[in-house]
Amino acid sequence: MTLLDIFGIQDNGLLALTAALTGAGLVFLAMWVAGLISPRSFNPQKGEAYECGIPTRGNSQTRFSVGYYLFAILFLMFDVETVFLFPWAVRVRELGTDGLLSIAVFFGILVLGLVYAWRKGALEWK
Amino acid sequence: MFNFSIVTEWIHNLLASFMPGWLTTTVECVLIGVGLLLVYSLLALFYIYYERKICAFIQCRLGPNRVGPMGLLQVFADMFKMLIKELITINNTDKFLFALAPYLVIIASMLSFACLPWGNGLQVINFNIGIFFLIAVSSIGVLGILLAGWSSNNKYTLIGAMRSGAQMVSYELSIGLSIITMVCLAGTMSIPGIVEAQENGWFIFTGHIPAIIAFIIYLIAGTAETNRGPFDLPEAESELTAGYHTEYSGIHFGFFYLAEYLNLFIVSGVAALLFFGGWMPFHVPGWEGFNDIMNYIPSPIWFIGKAIIISAIIIWFKWTFPRLRIDQLLTLEWKYLLPINLVNLVLMVLVVVYNLHF
Repeated sequence: MTLLDIFGIQDNGLLALTAALTGAGLVFLAMWVAGLISPRSFNPQKGEAYECGIPTRGNSQTRFSVGYYLFAILFLMFDVETVFLFPWAVRVRELGTDGLLSIAVFFGILVLGLVYAWRKGALEWK
Repeated sequence: MFNFSIVTEWIHNLLASFMPGWLTTTVECVLIGVGLLLVYSLLALFYIYYERKICAFIQCRLGPNRVGPMGLLQVFADMFKMLIKELITINNTDKFLFALAPYLVIIASMLSFACLPWGNGLQVINFNIGIFFLIAVSSIGVLGILLAGWSSNNKYTLIGAMRSGAQMVSYELSIGLSIITMVCLAGTMSIPGIVEAQENGWFIFTGHIPAIIAFIIYLIAGTAETNRGPFDLPEAESELTAGYHTEYSGIHFGFFYLAEYLNLFIVSGVAALLFFGGWMPFHVPGWEGFNDIMNYIPSPIWFIGKAIIISAIIIWFKWTFPRLRIDQLLTLEWKYLLPINLVNLVLMVLVVVYNLHF
């Protein structure tokens, strides 16, 4: 399978690093070029937050609705489930009926979790 | 099919003939970086033009048609305009996080961009758990959006970022589960492996009804994941000015714009990979002559063509449906898509284990 690798590079970590550095380089270069050619002007009004032209009241980095937090917790639960399902999904053909029965228990518990959250009203946006 | 690794292998041998090993690898990495950058920016420019033309078509307008032939140079003019706009610094921002946010967004989209199967032998990042890696890196993007909203110190951006976070993490579940459904059918997580498993028919044809349901769910969740279409509450213009990137100006805003279009391409590229065979040509089992003709079309054209056609559907969504409210959005995900997806996964597993597929 050496032919499928680009330039025959086997180390995928190196390739991922290359891609990440390319992204960072794109942002850095574009910011640098923009800094060189864009105009600069100073005005005390300019630095204010854009909120409909009215002066900002108070700090904005403050508490916010707990509803978002609830959905983040639910997401965490189901995302971990997804991660556990991946290895089984790859081998599902070989594991056959036995694997199906064992995963059914795991799956059943998670569906119960969803039903519990649903009945408790955690899925309602308030 | 022409195998592009012959070309890369030839370049590798040419470089290795007069350079030491470490230098060869460095030069090759630079070549890959330049290639990625070129394709990335060209696709972004193409997508901006493409969306504006489709939008104009749906709204019975002409779209950009003044700058250059058929308005083709309009996107270059727009990009240049964005580059020469002033970068305004806001007083009460968290300077470090404010500058970091575009980096995270662009790096996340560049990493998932490099995972896509560009053609036969044109795979850049080729982990044996490729599709899993793709999900993992594409979820870094939401961090960038949250940081952008939080660090701007503005109520609109904070609300936009929170909405975006809730929406993206919710819909990531649907994406993950529909990908699991297709991984069950493919039996591998490696991206070239998934493509090769579709040599005798794309998964949408061989996977029965579960594959079609998974595709529809993937398309809806993918639209939400890119903050587009009816799911664009994070940047709802009528309520939040511009959402999480309100305080960004000039090219700083341009990065979010760029990443949004590239995420559209990545989502459609993954849909093409999972359901329409990646770079695999359209084959009909038994029709040898037809398959041979299809093999003459180069593999990158197949892949990019499929991705562009799927993006047309997502753009069509955007200009057809009205925007959802946040409670409707979360209800759609948690009470409809997630249960349907779980049932669909069980269906697919039964199809695979008892060999009911074609």
